[in-house]
Amino acid sequence: MHSILIVDDSVSMRQMVGYTLKSSGFDVTAAEDGDIALNIARDNPTGFDLVITDVNMPNMDGISLVRELRQLPQFQYKPILVLTTESSTEKKMQGKAAGATGWIVKPFNPDQLIATVARVLDRT
Amino acid sequence: MSDDLSEFHDVFFEEAEDLVETMEAELLELLNDASDPERINTIFRAAHSIKGGSATFGFAHIAGFTHVMETLMDEIREGSKTPTPDLVDLLLKSTDGVRAMIAAAKAKDSYDEAIIATLKSELEKRLGSGTDVPHTQDSPIPGAAKAASGTHWKIQFRPAADSFRTANDPLAILQELSKLGTLSSRALLDELPDLTQYRFDEQYLGWHLDLHTDCDEAAIHEIFDWLDETSVVAIERVTDASMAAGQSTAVATPVPVAQPAPALIAATIVAEAAAEPQTAPSAPSPIVSPVQDSAPARKNTDPDAKAKSSQNTSIRVGTEKIDKLINLVGELVITQSMLTEEGEKLPAELAESLKEGLAQLQRYTRELQESVMQIRMVPISTVFNRMPRMIHDLSAKLGKKVDLKMVGEQTELDKTVMESIGDPLNHLVRNAVDHGIEMPDVRREKGKSETGEILLSACHESGNIVIQITDNGGGINRDKVLAKGRAAGLVGADEILADAAIYDLLFQPGFSTADQVSDVSGRGVGMDVVRRNIQALGGSVEVSSIYGEGSIFTIRLPLTLAIVDGQIVKLGQHVFVIPLISIVESIQLDRKQVSSLAARGELYRLRDEYIPIVRLSQLFSLSDPSNQEQLMVVVESDQGKVGLLVDDLLAQQQVVIKSMESNFRKVDGIAGATILGNGRVALIMDINGVAALARTSRNGFGQAA
Repeated sequence: MHSILIVDDSVSMRQMVGYTLKSSGFDVTAAEDGDIALNIARDNPTGFDLVITDVNMPNMDGISLVRELRQLPQFQYKPILVLTTESSTEKKMQGKAAGATGWIVKPFNPDQLIATVARVLDRT
Repeated sequence: MSDDLSEFHDVFFEEAEDLVETMEAELLELLNDASDPERINTIFRAAHSIKGGSATFGFAHIAGFTHVMETLMDEIREGSKTPTPDLVDLLLKSTDGVRAMIAAAKAKDSYDEAIIATLKSELEKRLGSGTDVPHTQDSPIPGAAKAASGTHWKIQFRPAADSFRTANDPLAILQELSKLGTLSSRALLDELPDLTQYRFDEQYLGWHLDLHTDCDEAAIHEIFDWLDETSVVAIERVTDASMAAGQSTAVATPVPVAQPAPALIAATIVAEAAAEPQTAPSAPSPIVSPVQDSAPARKNTDPDAKAKSSQNTSIRVGTEKIDKLINLVGELVITQSMLTEEGEKLPAELAESLKEGLAQLQRYTRELQESVMQIRMVPISTVFNRMPRMIHDLSAKLGKKVDLKMVGEQTELDKTVMESIGDPLNHLVRNAVDHGIEMPDVRREKGKSETGEILLSACHESGNIVIQITDNGGGINRDKVLAKGRAAGLVGADEILADAAIYDLLFQPGFSTADQVSDVSGRGVGMDVVRRNIQALGGSVEVSSIYGEGSIFTIRLPLTLAIVDGQIVKLGQHVFVIPLISIVESIQLDRKQVSSLAARGELYRLRDEYIPIVRLSQLFSLSDPSNQEQLMVVVESDQGKVGLLVDDLLAQQQVVIKSMESNFRKVDGIAGATILGNGRVALIMDINGVAALARTSRNGFGQAA
């Protein structure tokens, strides 16, 4: 089973993404900001198969989280997706510069999410 | 958007409501102190989150509206716009708009589109440049639309150097491309470095690709989506014309394959790998393919990680679930006390271990009960946090200057109590601003600071929550209140009242001291309603004041409605529970102090006041010869103090309230029932109901005061 870490400060997004992924058979861990996610990531010796993170969050934002994760050996080559809104091309670029694999554009529906996740996990 | 998201709607609504509140609170703070960048960030994030959520869950109108708010906040955040009071005011009005839209969406109702449209255009006017309206339609499904069959595309592809490090393996991309149709590739090795400088995780290759496919350009772009901006990707349709010209006009500059020898080995490996897909079956297939257990199970077994993830998390549960739990625990408590009593009857030598077990059961049951009650407890901040906004709007409207301070926002109380205290509290605070705090010029004349102060505080005090609203305004004019009371016939012409009794007149129906009736606090309608609402919650409200210096309204409430601290009293063969919060004192009845007045029934002279006596045995028709009525419990009702005659005082204990209405029917004078440890049912008195009943029965003898 692929393990996925989702990071979002919004409960409804965490629930929606978490539920969608779980019902497709993924092992999902959720964190509510970058700080917590980074702690979870540090304690995970093998790294998750995929990290999906929101950008705008309190404590540590998604871009910084990507940057930090890329410093961890177990996350060096792991796919990391950022959740952005369509209007923020700038965030996409910041995410890329920080080392993100790609992005999922909000709003998205469960089918689009599963398709993207399947695609990125297929690639690795 | 898809209907299957509706199960997340409730969570979204709750979350969005919270975010609106956050926005509102921070906006108000912004008025006082615009220097903290985190404040602006928080507002921005809140708007952003609402936008994201509402777009995801299919509320495009909310998304569109909050998008404009977000954009405006972003401009403030970047410093290109200053949060002037005027602008903050507009943003505050916009939070109301968002709230209204959320409420409408929740109720599946319509909202006032005209107001929203006006607000939105107001917001848009403030934007630095034109707005970009978010487009909230579903993104096209990859590869859904197809172009004419067998189109030939030339693709220049040079992935960014860090592609491996960002988990964008070029090989995977080539494989995906090959699924769209027939792909042939030529590797570009021009950037391969000397082997000594070769880094294994650096991407050096580029490709010229020829793709024949039925898919349209969007499908191809989709595959390169995440690389578009950092990797050189040029996609060009080869038309017959360009074919005829013999050359395509590719953008990137292809470099001859001539390369230094050392790099060849690595290059060949990669190039071969890249070329392999050519032989793969070329049927176009959709990308959706749920991943099965292809990788070895790599479950996160680190307990620490799990613990950390749950550290700050909470779950939202429907209150009916908690209520059911509370009810069941209540039953458990009763069963447990019945068992304990039965256990007591057994001879010690037979039942030693049973008794031990029962003692343990009792301990755990009590702990369980406390923990379950705790679930329903919420901080009073939810109610308090509405006040700054209200005061802001109200003082602006009245032209007053008011500073609000809040203390003890984290004090917890039952959710039901909290929800019901909102309106009465709101009313009292409005009153404090409207009638309490004076106009700035009046204050200046009095030598006070122009800005009035209102202090809202909450604390726990012996099983109750005490909420105080203190203002340093004009205070209550005792003589004016008394005069009005006399004029309204509430006080007899020659009756002399203590201060407390005079202030109490404020809570009488139809009493108002404001000379000028304003549309803020209305015609004094409400203070009686305020008291009634608070008493319905089993609480009390009183006021004290110093004329010219201010007033203090004190509300006392039980922490929960599910249990009550009760005094168990004996009346003949019956037992009743009197809520402890209503009891002022209990005294031995001194018959010499009882006087009987034709018009007012029996009165008891308690120190320097006369209080009506209520013979409970008569009232509940329980009279039997064994009645002793030697004790009087003095209780505070909404009609003042009343003395209840009882035979004996038994234990004081917490009892779980069972509703009479839902199990039987409403009974006047009875608030509910409970089951005592011995399995006996005891009725819990509704003190106001009892006082009202007593008054009606007195009316049989003559006219009540």
